[in-house]
Amino acid sequence: MPTLENTTQEVLTLAEQHFKLAPGSLSATDDFFKKLGIDSLQTLELLSRIENHFNIELPDYEVQGVSDFKTLAERIQSRL
Amino acid sequence: MLDLAKYSSIGAALKDAMERFAAETCLIEADREREKARLTYAEFDAQALPFAEAMQHVGFSPADRASIIMTNQSKWLISAFAIFYSGGVLVPLDYKLTPGEHWQLLQHSNAKILITEYPIWRQLSAAPARAAATNLQTVLVTEAPPNADLAGAHRWEEFRGSAAPVFVPRERKDIASIVYSSGTGGRPKGCMMTHENYLEQCVALTSLYPFWPGVRYLSILPTNHAIDFMVGFFGSFACGACVVHLRTLRPEFVRDAFTKYKITYVSLVPLVLKNLQKGLETRFAELPPAKRKVFDFLVGINKALTKSHPRLWLSRRLLKQVHAAFGGELQAIIVGGAFTEPQTLQFFYDLGIPVANGYGLTEAGTAITVNDLKPFRADTVGKPLPGMEVKIVDPSLDGVGEVYVRSKTVMSGYLNEPELTAETIVDGWLRTGDLGKFDAQGHLHLSGRKKNMIVTEEGKNIYPEDIEAAFESLPAKEVKEFCVFAANYIWPKRSMIGEELIIVIHLENNQSFTDQLKQEIIQRNNRLLNYKRIHGLVLHDQDFPRTASLKIKRNELAERLSKLDRDRVILPL
Repeated sequence: MPTLENTTQEVLTLAEQHFKLAPGSLSATDDFFKKLGIDSLQTLELLSRIENHFNIELPDYEVQGVSDFKTLAERIQSRL
Repeated sequence: MLDLAKYSSIGAALKDAMERFAAETCLIEADREREKARLTYAEFDAQALPFAEAMQHVGFSPADRASIIMTNQSKWLISAFAIFYSGGVLVPLDYKLTPGEHWQLLQHSNAKILITEYPIWRQLSAAPARAAATNLQTVLVTEAPPNADLAGAHRWEEFRGSAAPVFVPRERKDIASIVYSSGTGGRPKGCMMTHENYLEQCVALTSLYPFWPGVRYLSILPTNHAIDFMVGFFGSFACGACVVHLRTLRPEFVRDAFTKYKITYVSLVPLVLKNLQKGLETRFAELPPAKRKVFDFLVGINKALTKSHPRLWLSRRLLKQVHAAFGGELQAIIVGGAFTEPQTLQFFYDLGIPVANGYGLTEAGTAITVNDLKPFRADTVGKPLPGMEVKIVDPSLDGVGEVYVRSKTVMSGYLNEPELTAETIVDGWLRTGDLGKFDAQGHLHLSGRKKNMIVTEEGKNIYPEDIEAAFESLPAKEVKEFCVFAANYIWPKRSMIGEELIIVIHLENNQSFTDQLKQEIIQRNNRLLNYKRIHGLVLHDQDFPRTASLKIKRNELAERLSKLDRDRVILPL
């Protein structure tokens, strides 16, 4: 199983690809609503990409209230 | 449709709907590509009645309150019917609130029973605020894993009585539900909605947008929201229609649901409608030039032929692929919860997809005005619904004044708040706090707010007082006092979009605004849900005006600030 650190890095890379950002431009503690200027629907689109990548299902309630990549990675890690 | 004039309560109407439409499908529940439940009215009834009997068995009596905190799913509606069947009062809460906020409202509403989902209960039961809800006696939890620690709750699926429940009739004036329009973290505003409010609202709405057996309504807005409760539950059931629930709101599954279930109606908030528009525009832009030319030509023909009223059969033929993407049977998109920009409404109407745009608030029993599509108007929020008296009070020279409403759908008041109720409902007229005017055709145009609040594109009402708790205990040696405002309340704007909150801070003597303090404010702001966050900060160097009991005189402070230049004094966060 990958470490939380690895998972976090993969999430950051996926988000950078999804929103067409330069590699390394996001960090674990970034608030994605603020940093990316996205709304809740765009977050759901990113989640779908993340689910496909990790081959998991993240129910909507699992990510309710999550706004930073670190916490998101923790939720993913618990389902790997 | 049932003749609702004959009924005195939601429970009585639903009870008859179960018999009258027994063989019709009333509910489909899907989780991504998996269909989890499909129930006829008779099957729905067979699940709800033993549940009602079990509730009665544990002492749930007429007028007792039961709260539901769930995502949209079949058990939400089954539980609600059981509550109404037993003569109870429903307290639907937004599942997106924090555990602390849930407990605050459970306490305020004095709920005796809580019905919730296991993942929500896991967080709720661990929250220290649990001790506050002293009246709560029974907790029912759905979908708990086999060996889960239920922390004193019971399994919803096993909560079944064996005898027939007693049907408890209610009168029209009795309270049917307590719906919180705001107040988490501040002063809870629990709108007491009567059975009459719902029965009358349903009659008014279906006179313009009829439902019938065979209609499939896609329920995306949370059912605790007044719109979905009416259209995605009571209204649908009173007409024998079918509600389709999705357990996820991922755009790809929502898109699939339209075609898979041949959706007839859907309610959306402006944010989702705009997202759909963006997606369609991207697809149109990708068309090869020749195809695009043909497409634009067909849209032009559709626009010309639907000018006076929608012609669905024609639009479906002209713009076949667009309509096929929506399942091919969509009658209209209902949009509400917040103000929708005219260009978004026009975009869909030009494609032959009518958008039922309206205006309402929980206190008024959901909708006050709705566009009747005769003809379609993107620039207004429509005409008053049948049974609604709407007037403009204290209009300025251009006719804009505060919107007042009088109707059988207006709530009976705020729970435990007689003074607030008296301020809000004056001589039977509900003061909406919104500003607007009527045009010569009788359509209402909204143009801003008189009240200190904002409504987000997601349809969330945010009251500044509710946000202030997040900033309490800012370093006392630096911050003397602070207050949160809707920026448009201080500096009125003739606009219903792009509303923002700001925090006004008065520093202690000899203190300067440090980067450390700014970071502290940003950190606290980030702990709030994204749509509740403040967008700017104003530094004020005078004491805030206060009442004898030391409460901030918000109106006076706002008036003082209004003399400053908005663009210069707001520091972005």
